[in-house]
Amino acid sequence: MTDISCRNLCKTFHQGDATIRALDDVSLDIEEGSFVCLSGPSGSGKTTLLNALGGLDTPDSGEITVGGQRLDLLSKSELAQLRLNRIGFVFQAYNLVPVLSARENVEFIMQVQGVRARERRSLAAAVLAEVGLEDMEERRPAQLSGGQQQRVAVARAIASKPALVLADEPTANLDSRSAAQLMDLFVTLNTERGVTFVISTHDPRVMGYAGRLISMRDGRIVADERQQPHAMAV
Amino acid sequence: MAFPVAAISTLAWRNLWRNHRRTLIMLLAITVGVWAMIFMASLMRGMTDQMVRNGLQTLPGEVQIHQRDYLRDPSVVNSMDAPGGALLARLQEAPVAAWAGRVRVPAVIASERGNRGVTLLGIDPVAEAALGSLPDELVAGRALDGPGDRGLVIGANLARRLETAVGKRVVIMSQDTQNNVAERGARVVGIYRARLQGSEDRYVYAGRAAVQDLLGIGERISEIAVTGHDYRNVAPWVPRIAAAAGTGLEVLPWTELDTFLGSMLVVQDGFALVFMVVVFLALSFGLVNTLVMAVFERVREIGLMQALGMRPGMILGQIMLESLYLLLLGLALGNLLALVTVKPLESGIDISSVAQGMEMVGMGTTLYPVLHTADMLMSTTVVIVLGLLASLAPAWRASRLDPVAALNKT
Ligand SMILES: Nc1ncnc2c1ncn2[C@@H]1O[C@H](COP(=O)(O)OP(=O)(O)O)[C@@H](O)[C@H]1O
Ligand SMILES: [Mg+2]
Repeated sequence: MTDISCRNLCKTFHQGDATIRALDDVSLDIEEGSFVCLSGPSGSGKTTLLNALGGLDTPDSGEITVGGQRLDLLSKSELAQLRLNRIGFVFQAYNLVPVLSARENVEFIMQVQGVRARERRSLAAAVLAEVGLEDMEERRPAQLSGGQQQRVAVARAIASKPALVLADEPTANLDSRSAAQLMDLFVTLNTERGVTFVISTHDPRVMGYAGRLISMRDGRIVADERQQPHAMAV
Repeated sequence: MAFPVAAISTLAWRNLWRNHRRTLIMLLAITVGVWAMIFMASLMRGMTDQMVRNGLQTLPGEVQIHQRDYLRDPSVVNSMDAPGGALLARLQEAPVAAWAGRVRVPAVIASERGNRGVTLLGIDPVAEAALGSLPDELVAGRALDGPGDRGLVIGANLARRLETAVGKRVVIMSQDTQNNVAERGARVVGIYRARLQGSEDRYVYAGRAAVQDLLGIGERISEIAVTGHDYRNVAPWVPRIAAAAGTGLEVLPWTELDTFLGSMLVVQDGFALVFMVVVFLALSFGLVNTLVMAVFERVREIGLMQALGMRPGMILGQIMLESLYLLLLGLALGNLLALVTVKPLESGIDISSVAQGMEMVGMGTTLYPVLHTADMLMSTTVVIVLGLLASLAPAWRASRLDPVAALNKT
């Protein structure tokens, strides 16, 4: 059960004299196994919403339930534990620990999860092959292209076996070929393993992949449509 | 779920070497700091060691046995029998390394040119030599040849004051057990030089039997001086000697005989510790700064770790471990450096150019640094304990970073 439900989320930021409503009474339900895109112009509150869903940020008011657990009732450590075992984050860039190789980055989470060394090794090799990086296992992030780095981040997310992946503009720094590769990977994970995806983007081609497209503006949901997903043309 | 030590230690180690220059500079600082701690301590140990040794030589002995009232009134009345029976047996077995019975009374020595109050020591030269309590250097004449020797060995300074010399006669006067003046003429057979000028003025050596004759006390003596193998470690065997000596005698270790000397060791331990802490406090600014910088440069990464599900404790642990690695490396190098620099100096450093006046505190002109394992352990403990305490603040702050703010940092 990894349904997500949000009720009346509000979050305001104060910048000088201005008050910014990053989330303005957002209510939302996402079923397990969905592939959801959050779209909207820059500053519309997508990142704030994703961070709140992953327990990185706490809304000023409202309630979030992920997989039956009320996030506001969890301690920092329990939230960390929830992210470790159930939620994968993919950010726009700098997703990797610079001092660890691609393989070590993938193994790291498993190590923290307590997976045995042998299992870790073989799983890391398998997922890196799955994202097409079998020859780059020992490279450090600095020796990988942006697209390759993003794929390592996805490999890491696969290896940690999350039920939910929150991706914040994951293709923003990628050329369209790399972006398409990444989105294909997401779709595969979603259909083959039933991982729920919530992806923020303002790239219309990425939105095409989603089965559900939620549009935000000024911290509010302005549209919420189901659609027939289609891959992007490269 | 267990703490992922392996994962965190890899990270800590690699992060430590991310900024080579900064880490190496800090490592150098810790190394030099640790070296300074141990080097300074070894000099201090050497100094006190020498002070205590010199003190023990003049006491003499690490442990002394007297008649109960002797220390209050060190006159011939409070003498004791030469050791026998159980006490003698104890004195002849380990851990006793040497012992000597001596007569020690206040006396006046007079030449035709003057007289001085002195302490007359009636000794058995062979036993005293084993004890190491004889003056170091004979500058004229000969040493006493046995307990029956009727000559006197006096200090060079005293000889100068009395305007006497080897071969000349002097008169020695003291009190016998009936409080009558006992006096006898004697020939100066030797003149010695002592490390401490005060001793040269004060101690007059004579054969034990000759002094016993003079005082009319038969075989009785004033004190028994005993040494073991380690003056720091007399406490365990003093009670055993005391038990054998019986209630009429008082058995005291040097720490009680000369409380100033006795307090030296404790004071010195305190000094060494204070010095180490002070050195480390200076270092800790650099250490904290290094860690604060290291955390500051990695804020985004720490946000990432939090997003990936690392608990605050793991982030704290990672920074602490990073600091611990740095401290351990510095300790290893610092200890090594101390080892290779102090060991060759243990044969002595000549400080005569700066040593004028040192002898009043019981020092000679050569300093013998001593490398104690205890000092190495003490510096290691100080560095690790204080180092980790100092690291706690930056590590704590890193673990409490707000993940969203951290992730937004560019
Ligand atoms: N830490 C912050 N301090 C101040 N304002 C913030 C902060 N984070 C976000 N905001 C503001 O909140 C609004 C929503 O931001 P965000 O969720 O990042 O939007 P998006 O991801 O859709 O671009 C923006 O106006 C942004 O400036
Ligand atoms: Mg954003």
